[in-house]
Amino acid sequence: MASGLDRATKLTCKNVWKVYGPQADSFFTDGNGQVDDPDRIVAQVRESGHIGAACDVSFDVHEGEIFIIMGLSGSGKSTIVRCLSRLVEPTAGEVILDGENLLKVSKEKLIDIRRHKMGMVFQNFGLLPHLSVLENVAFPLQVQGIDRAERVRRAMEMIELVGLNGRETSYPRQLSGGQQQRVGIARSLAVEPELWFLDEPFSALDPLIRRQMQDEFLRLQKMLHKTIVFITHDFLEALRLADRIAIMKDGRVVQIGTPAEVVMKPADAYVEEFTQDVPRVKVITAGDIMSSAGRPLEGAKAVSTQTTLEQLMPRFGEGLDAIAVTNESGTVVGHVTPQAVLSALASAHEEGSAL
Amino acid sequence: MTVAIQEQDGLALGSSRLSPQLLSWIAFGVFALACILLKDEMAWLVTYPKEWFLKLPIDGQWVLLEKALEGVMDWITVTFKPFFRFVSEVLSWPLRGGDVHLFGASFQVPGLETILHWLPWPATMAIVVILAYRAKDWVLAAFSLGGLTYMLVVGYWDESMSTLALVGISVPVSLAIGLGMGLAGFQFRWARRIVEPMLDVMQTVPTFAYLVPILILFGVGPVVGIVASAIYASPPMVRNVMLGLRRVSDDVIESGQMSGCNRFQLLFQVRIPAALPTIMVGVNQTIMAALSMVIIAAIIGGFADIGWEVLSTMRKAQTGQSLLAGLVIVVMAMMMDRISRGFAERTGDIHIATGGNFLQRHPYLWAAIAATGIGIVLSHLLPFFKDYPDTLVLYPAEPLNDAVSWFTREAFFITDAIKTWTLYFFMLPMKAGLERIARPDSWGFSMDQTAAAIYWAIVLGLAAGLVRLFNWRAGVVVGLLGVLYFFGSTGTPWPAFVAAVTLIAYQVGGWRTALFAFLGMAFMLSTGAWPRAMLSFYLTATSVLFCFAIGGALGIWAAQSDRVSAVMRPINDTLQTMPLFVFLIPVIMVFLVGDFSALLAIIMYAIVPAIRYTEYGLRNVDPVAVEAARMMGCTERQVLWRVKLPLAIPEIMLGLNQVIMFALAMLVIAALVGTKGLGQWVYDSLTNARFGQGFIAGGSMALIAMIADRIIQAWAAQKKRDLGIVD
Repeated sequence: MASGLDRATKLTCKNVWKVYGPQADSFFTDGNGQVDDPDRIVAQVRESGHIGAACDVSFDVHEGEIFIIMGLSGSGKSTIVRCLSRLVEPTAGEVILDGENLLKVSKEKLIDIRRHKMGMVFQNFGLLPHLSVLENVAFPLQVQGIDRAERVRRAMEMIELVGLNGRETSYPRQLSGGQQQRVGIARSLAVEPELWFLDEPFSALDPLIRRQMQDEFLRLQKMLHKTIVFITHDFLEALRLADRIAIMKDGRVVQIGTPAEVVMKPADAYVEEFTQDVPRVKVITAGDIMSSAGRPLEGAKAVSTQTTLEQLMPRFGEGLDAIAVTNESGTVVGHVTPQAVLSALASAHEEGSAL
Repeated sequence: MTVAIQEQDGLALGSSRLSPQLLSWIAFGVFALACILLKDEMAWLVTYPKEWFLKLPIDGQWVLLEKALEGVMDWITVTFKPFFRFVSEVLSWPLRGGDVHLFGASFQVPGLETILHWLPWPATMAIVVILAYRAKDWVLAAFSLGGLTYMLVVGYWDESMSTLALVGISVPVSLAIGLGMGLAGFQFRWARRIVEPMLDVMQTVPTFAYLVPILILFGVGPVVGIVASAIYASPPMVRNVMLGLRRVSDDVIESGQMSGCNRFQLLFQVRIPAALPTIMVGVNQTIMAALSMVIIAAIIGGFADIGWEVLSTMRKAQTGQSLLAGLVIVVMAMMMDRISRGFAERTGDIHIATGGNFLQRHPYLWAAIAATGIGIVLSHLLPFFKDYPDTLVLYPAEPLNDAVSWFTREAFFITDAIKTWTLYFFMLPMKAGLERIARPDSWGFSMDQTAAAIYWAIVLGLAAGLVRLFNWRAGVVVGLLGVLYFFGSTGTPWPAFVAAVTLIAYQVGGWRTALFAFLGMAFMLSTGAWPRAMLSFYLTATSVLFCFAIGGALGIWAAQSDRVSAVMRPINDTLQTMPLFVFLIPVIMVFLVGDFSALLAIIMYAIVPAIRYTEYGLRNVDPVAVEAARMMGCTERQVLWRVKLPLAIPEIMLGLNQVIMFALAMLVIAALVGTKGLGQWVYDSLTNARFGQGFIAGGSMALIAMIADRIIQAWAAQKKRDLGIVD
């Protein structure tokens, strides 16, 4: 799925390092985090008893994209999302938002950026226990000094957006986990941020509620088109929600790619292990396996690039030997054949059995 | 885990000859034996000689520390007199009011005391009752009404209002100090480095010792009480502010930061409100501490408050009177505690009401104002409402006196038996040593060489038995107790005592703890405080042992039965909120003055943490471990002794720590009933305004508390690590 690539870059994370320890700065000669041999530095950090929470992390996030950082606990994913907003001060590197290096801006400017451009959702909700739902959602507006009527109006809009109407006067402790996270989401959206960070937003919820909230999240994103950095430890969640995924291990990025790329071409044995139990028919889409060469077909019975193999396969039952594939605007961009479907699934199976 | 522990013990037993810890105790044993054998020839082993006291060179002369301190204090008093008199003036202002000269006109501004005495009693009652209702419910409101009515009917209204005025002024001062120090300690590392040791000292230095320098600096009067209680009552606020702010979860802080809070917004709109429940606990504790100190400060006199009433009647042995006045304190303490706790517990619900006019938003405020107005009007119409008429005062002191004497007479054979038995078998041996007190008329034999040999054979047998059953440490403990019991805390050679404590400190807490303990004891030795410190040690140790035996049993009982726990909780709450004075009243009534009465008073106050921590520790043992034990077929008894108690030990240790702190706090107050030791020395320095002596005595008590604290904290931490319990 190439959807992200044709859009402008919103946020760039470039050679970012976060090293904990007494002489964390000593590993870098200048602040931009570019080193000749990152592997050597990582080894040095470890040997000297320092902890490299994030090491040489680089990626771009495109406008309107859902960019997911996936990793197990201790992989550095939470550190890196905090480096992006400077909740954690990176040891070295650059974080470029709209062409401006965030790590160089003053404290005041940073607060201003947080007030207007960023919103964040936290794993354990981070609601203020002494404020009602309405006051919680209006809090980011209040600290900006927006007058009361205006902030109530905007907060009410957000509360409606997440479907919590009628609970405005409740306190966080009177709400269920799912409802609390809805408040968290409404609050993070209250300032209408361009950049939306979500740090394991659904990990503290029950599986059923989690599923509901994921759908809710996708619904919101369809309306809002935010640029999103989403952290999770759940590989299936990442596949379900992401435009692109970055997989992290021991503070380093192992692979960046679309869900299908990660599933079909895992970069190493570590990533491959995650892909083991993934139902490929649900992940691989027509866009991933189509061929754009050869005869153009008419688009009457066409499928979209987003169609999963699971949805695609019954169509071949109608006796077609090739089906046209169209992009979002309806133009035919290629076609798929049953052979292509079979080989995508077979190669996956081979890889699986080879292990 | 059980297996691992057994293996550890097994290893310790098997390789006991190689363990450096055990070797050091054997070396200590030889040293102690040498001290004991030589003590008759070398008297300095028991009595630290005066020639070795710490002396400072001042003006070319060698002066004892005590005298040097007095010199310093004299200098301060003379040099800063105007300053302190000024502070004294300023502080007496909110209490008593004064004249204000503004723009050529002169106004009479009333102080809190003036106001409280002027306010007609129905108005005061109404305000307090409304406050109680707002804080909690009708039950508390009714209780407050009853309590205030008691104060009125017994005729202690004015005294109570004076006490309330003192508390009302010292509490805001304490809260302001506490909030300021807590915030500074939280925000700045350098401030924390100053604040934390200060808290240690402020809370371990006995209450009377505070009063000595304050009395010297500020002169006699109510201001001493205000200053002393402001100092004494601020530490709980500081601690809770720091704790509350620190405990706010990262998620909440980060969400505040991401909302774009600047430093101030983050502190005042996120951190402090989120920490409010904990901070309110601090407010409650501060109020109770202030009341306690205000009552204690009555010892200086000069103010007709309820503490003075209790003290003076107690001194005159007017049992009934002191009971009646003591009950006022009890009621007042309970009211203050319940009301402030009510507010603390409902901080979650309190929010600024929106909508409606001012009247609708503050119904309670208006109710209180209206009640005050009605009260004032009533008092002008009917004198009954202005001053409660003396003719209607019920003061049943005489019947109470008779009842108490009847009780003590009738129960004498029991009370006397308990007293004698405890004195002869526990207290006197711990104080003077079995060696000196065993006589045919008390113990049935005299301590000749045969008896001594039998005694030591029993001790050694017991120690050996415990080594076989548990480990060598148990044996060492019994050995140390055996020595203490035989020679008494005053007869044990000081080098042996110092060595034992230092060794324990080293083994649980490392060389820092050991050094602290050693220097602390060196201070007591070189200032001449040692003999008194040993007397205090004996009384504290004995009461701590009793507290632990009784309190531990009660705690276990409460942990096993919800009903017992429900009964015990309010009793514990009440005991803990009482100003220390109050405990002396019933004790003296029955047992008269003396060490035994002091022991009882200390136990009554200090037993609470023993009960609480034992129950808490047992109830909070990991339920999985308990379930696993049940599934393995453990009986309830086995679950308790083999699983719950071992796992609860770290918590129980912290309880022990609290017991010691409480016991030492009470020790000073107990000096009023005629104990000897540091407490009495502090008290003596207060009545004679001797700063040097007060400093040394108070400092020694603080040192004892801090040494015990460090050792036990280190021990509990070590135990927690061993058990894999993480905070």
